[in-house]
Amino acid sequence: MNASDSDEDSYNERTALVPAEAPALPSYTPAPDPDPPNQTTAKRPAASRQAGPVAGDSGSGGHGDSAGSSGRGSDQDADADEEELTLKYGAKHVIMLFIPVTLCMVVVVATIKSVSFYSEKTDQQLIYTPFTENTASVGRRLLNSVLNTIIMISVIVVMTVFLVVLYKYRCYKFIHGWLILSSLMLLFWFSFMYLGEVFKTYNVAVDYPTVAVVIWNFGGVGMICIHWKGPLALQQAYLILISALMALVFIKYLPEWSAWVILGAISVYDLVAVLSPKGPLRMLVETAQERNEPIFPALIYSSAMMWTVGMASPADAQRSGHETDEEAEQSGRGAEPESRQPRPFTDSELEEDRGVKLGLGDFIFYSVLVGKAAATGGDWNTTLACFVAILIGLCLTLLLLAIFKKALPALPISITFGLVFYFSTDFLVQPFMDNLAANQFYI
Amino acid sequence: MTAAVFFGCTFIAFGPAISLFLFTIARDPLRVIFLIAGAFFWLVSLLLASLVWFISVQISNKDSATQQKGLLIFGVVLSVLLQETFRFAYYKLLKKANEGLLTLSQEETMPISIRQLAYVSGLGFGFMSGAFSVVNILADSVGPGTVGIHGDSQHYFLSSAFMTLAIILLHMFWGIVFFDACEKQRWWAVAAVVISHLTVSCLTFQNPEYVGSLVPTYVILFLMGVWAFYSAGGSLRNLKLCITCKDRDFLLANHRPR
Repeated sequence: MNASDSDEDSYNERTALVPAEAPALPSYTPAPDPDPPNQTTAKRPAASRQAGPVAGDSGSGGHGDSAGSSGRGSDQDADADEEELTLKYGAKHVIMLFIPVTLCMVVVVATIKSVSFYSEKTDQQLIYTPFTENTASVGRRLLNSVLNTIIMISVIVVMTVFLVVLYKYRCYKFIHGWLILSSLMLLFWFSFMYLGEVFKTYNVAVDYPTVAVVIWNFGGVGMICIHWKGPLALQQAYLILISALMALVFIKYLPEWSAWVILGAISVYDLVAVLSPKGPLRMLVETAQERNEPIFPALIYSSAMMWTVGMASPADAQRSGHETDEEAEQSGRGAEPESRQPRPFTDSELEEDRGVKLGLGDFIFYSVLVGKAAATGGDWNTTLACFVAILIGLCLTLLLLAIFKKALPALPISITFGLVFYFSTDFLVQPFMDNLAANQFYI
Repeated sequence: MTAAVFFGCTFIAFGPAISLFLFTIARDPLRVIFLIAGAFFWLVSLLLASLVWFISVQISNKDSATQQKGLLIFGVVLSVLLQETFRFAYYKLLKKANEGLLTLSQEETMPISIRQLAYVSGLGFGFMSGAFSVVNILADSVGPGTVGIHGDSQHYFLSSAFMTLAIILLHMFWGIVFFDACEKQRWWAVAAVVISHLTVSCLTFQNPEYVGSLVPTYVILFLMGVWAFYSAGGSLRNLKLCITCKDRDFLLANHRPR
């Protein structure tokens, strides 16, 4: 019996970072540019892992600062302030992504280390990785893992192309139905399994009615928060939890060597799909930009905060407030303005911070890497090294995003660093540190 | 070996460092990023040192214990030298980045000063160094077992925790002194930092004679702390003003009434 497949389409997401359109920076304007702030690359269908766009908006910071001094209209001053604020806002966006990525990894590592179910060897495999790794020779095993990778990546490519086609022909209902189905499965079935394993580990006897009530509430609130409206913190928490659940499934069911090769291959695929002119993800981004609408906001982690700038009219406030609020657009009804309470207008200009977005696929693969590092061998040094490497990769990616200001894949740099550090720490650093610890030498 | 040992040793080893992080670094995203970058640089230096050690072990005689121990000592010395080299490299990188930002913004104010960077990068080095030294030991202390059952010292966990605490704080002080010395081109101070790091590491060769290794380490820690305090601009007068809450600049900067 293989695990269900419609969830496994999850990895078909794009992992991409897309900057927001930086609004024009005049010295004094009452309203910011209400362009669609979140250029999202295409979302992959099915389960929650979507690669999403990250809107790193640094330009709006300068607005608040330069607007105060109406006399200084010079570009230089605006640039100067913009640079300093760019650095500060850039740093804030990086931290706004560090925290959820760290949380997801912590959940995965904590589960792997305590619940042995997810690190047990199993003969069940996903249908996407049919070749077994229990072979006699090393060469055969390597061949099998490469074949598994090829199958997995082709499935991903097919799904992505299918999604692009669906999006191009405006089959929104189909896509939304697919997304809802996959998050249903994640929120109810996988979390039920997870809860069961946790109870088994700690030897807690719980009756079915209690579990039914708990899962029903958890899943119901999750569906509402993710696909409709809910407090931002709760939505973020649910997205982190479902990414962690998906990563745990991958860690359990992907065979050892296949997992590493798949991680490498999917970074390459991500790079190609987002940057090359005919890449499916790039086409999705461009289509979305042409139509001037955000794409499938349901499965993207968003840390958007919004404070309106002091505006002349409530209409502006509502319009701008609507644009930057993802939840408003998740009902699938396009750009339907929803009634928002008008914010208090003050004379002092407040900054509008659009926050950043990162696709859930990125969360999942980062967590798979760190979780695999934690699962194979009881070594914490490797886990720590991979963790730091991934964070630094994310930092560099966001730096590149600030420089190039276009859609960027979030996986390649982080996964490369992570893989390099995993293998080198496991083979080189670990024996060294073990010897040092045995003699209690300190470096 | 119980939860008490685990929690006790964890808090001994990481308590001061985590409180420093929470109170001074966690609020400012830029500092957090530079802390993690510092940790990354330390990691890379460790990687290189391990690579060299690994190669030397492969080509050596694996049966001879004295040779292995000699190689390990060589590895320790090499690792210390590489760490300090990477500290210098990080300093150069930060200076370049600072200069670039300064020319770009054409303003005098930088979002983060080189002294703050010294503190943060030193702490980053310290966190990573401490974590790599002690995390596996802490993980083992949760499980069942008897310490020193074969005649080794029974104070293994406790001494490891105290040593880790000293190392983390030392890295922070070394960072401050090192960057300050590089700023003022005082190469003797840089050499002193390197030598004190070597001294501390070589003192640990005496383990499990903990008196011989821990006590001098803490003495060096205290001295480096005083040196770092003075090189960061502190003085007895500042200290007095700060403690009696009369330091006007500090209060103004933090918007607190006197």
